[in-house]
Amino acid sequence: MARPAFCDLIMEHFGDRVGDGGAGIDMHNIEVGPENVVELCWFLKDTPELSFDFLSDLCGVDYYPDSPRFEVVYHLFSIAHQHRLRLKCRLGDPPHAPTVTGVWSTANWHERETFDMYGIVFDGHPNLKRIYMWDEFEGYPMRKDFPQRGYKDAYNPFGEEREGQ
Amino acid sequence: MGGLENRFPDNVFFSTTDSIINWSRKSSLWPETFGIACCAIEMISAGCSRYDLDRFGVVFRPSPRQSDVMIIAGTVTKKFAPVVVRLYHQMPEPRWVVAMGTCAISGGVYNTYAVVQGSELIVPVDVHVPGCPPRPEALMHGLLVLQEKIMRTHVLRKDPEHAAAEV
Repeated sequence: MARPAFCDLIMEHFGDRVGDGGAGIDMHNIEVGPENVVELCWFLKDTPELSFDFLSDLCGVDYYPDSPRFEVVYHLFSIAHQHRLRLKCRLGDPPHAPTVTGVWSTANWHERETFDMYGIVFDGHPNLKRIYMWDEFEGYPMRKDFPQRGYKDAYNPFGEEREGQ
Repeated sequence: MGGLENRFPDNVFFSTTDSIINWSRKSSLWPETFGIACCAIEMISAGCSRYDLDRFGVVFRPSPRQSDVMIIAGTVTKKFAPVVVRLYHQMPEPRWVVAMGTCAISGGVYNTYAVVQGSELIVPVDVHVPGCPPRPEALMHGLLVLQEKIMRTHVLRKDPEHAAAEV
């Protein structure tokens, strides 16, 4: 996919604080560190030429055993301009990222899902608790070191034994 | 009763209490209106006019207090398992459980961290109806098998094996 013209605007404003992640099959990628995510998101939303007013998805990635291990991916869409952009933000372990609920309030549930599945903590989130799994659940099931069949308990006699049991 | 009217005097019939109690129980199997996943769609279909479970006395009830049968129609997740157990305990005795579909029987393809590997692990199951999902005919067959099972039970004099199991 051809590099959209608005990428130059972002590069010009942020300089070396963001990286050009190249073209994806569907939209262009921008790489950014966790310290610049919120500022970049406000810029993308408020600049009239960009006006990314819709956060269509927010999810996590686990690159275990690579380092840095985690990544948060933001999929943005502009209803006015009908263009898309993807942000990628690599995180260390334990993973911490700033919340973007202030920019797009829809990020609230997406960030809770990402926290539930990957254990990525979104600092400043108004209500960061599990959304799919029950509150007593231990572990983060979408991490690559979590056993696919879960841990052994009364409901799951085929699961793996927990270490130290 | 047109053919029988005015042809007999008042009568007394002889039968066993078990058979008349069991006959009345099996003829009014009221399941809970309770579906968890795609099997519930087939269960709804079985209750509608084309298959018409009503003709077996199977009438869906909106409350577990009025129900005799729980049809576990779908994947039981670990998060939902306490709800299934509570609904089972809310039913008055005698009560029966039908596990409908592969997920309810064994967890099915969902051999994962989030799914109960068979509803046998949480409630006592009387009839398993295999299929993914089972067709309405299969559910009907399952309920007819349950009726046969009910007809074989002893109400006043409990079977030794059942008495042992319930202690």
